[in-house]
Amino acid sequence: MSAIVFAGSAQFAAISIVAAGGGVGAAIGAAALMNARFLPMGIALAPSLPGSPLRRAAQGQTVVDASWALANRGDGRFDRHFLFGASAVQYVTWLTGTAIGAFGGDALGDPRALGLDAIFPAFFLALLLPELRDARSRGVALAGALIALALVPLAPPGAPVLAASVAALAGLKRRHARATAA
Amino acid sequence: MSGELWAVIAGCAAVTFAIKAAGPVTLGGRDLPPRFSGVIALMAPALLAAFVVTQALADGERLHVGADTAGVAAAGVVVWRGGSVLPAVAVAVAVTAGLRALG
Repeated sequence: MSAIVFAGSAQFAAISIVAAGGGVGAAIGAAALMNARFLPMGIALAPSLPGSPLRRAAQGQTVVDASWALANRGDGRFDRHFLFGASAVQYVTWLTGTAIGAFGGDALGDPRALGLDAIFPAFFLALLLPELRDARSRGVALAGALIALALVPLAPPGAPVLAASVAALAGLKRRHARATAA
Repeated sequence: MSGELWAVIAGCAAVTFAIKAAGPVTLGGRDLPPRFSGVIALMAPALLAAFVVTQALADGERLHVGADTAGVAAAGVVVWRGGSVLPAVAVAVAVTAGLRALG
């Protein structure tokens, strides 16, 4: 599953539903919802990917959260080679980690006691802070955070992050204000 | 593995492929109108902020402040004071593990 789906949160969502006795449809639906965040990420990435539709579809498969965030240049463009490289490293470590967990997971102890669950939010925060250059991006980040937080208790996992992308639509109407300022 | 589990895996793979391909196939390889690229530039702060809060301030489907929240906040201080990504992540892990060891 790690080899062909390669999206941790969706894998966990689907497996936990199967483990709880849920059906095939419910498991796939949960994974789809969890991965729906790749839709806005793919749209953001699209102008930076050249080639035929088939090539772009293949290149789009390399998107995962961390490499998407790293390849973002901050001006609406993405460094696609950086994206491919960062994803390749993660793909290999993800497969290695899955194999270690499957064959020796009991020997490792509790990852929470080691504080490993703080890695991803800390990493994303470190990438977020330099993005907050102007009032507009600060406002959008705040709005995205509030939307996501408000939806956590209400919506199924995955939906809060997807909904937060709506905050980026502020880019549509504030364009005029920025043009006058610049 | 049972057939049902393989059906879930195949379904997840197909759905994930379609989601990841949709944006690049429909919009790829050409420059978009300026209004649209303004939205794209703001995707990063919106999504990154959502990642941070849903992982640091929530546990599954409920809001939850814990040792990892403090660890992530410490990482924020490191970055804010000019530190780079790796030291920030290391501080987050150390603070989180330290707090859990204490309490």
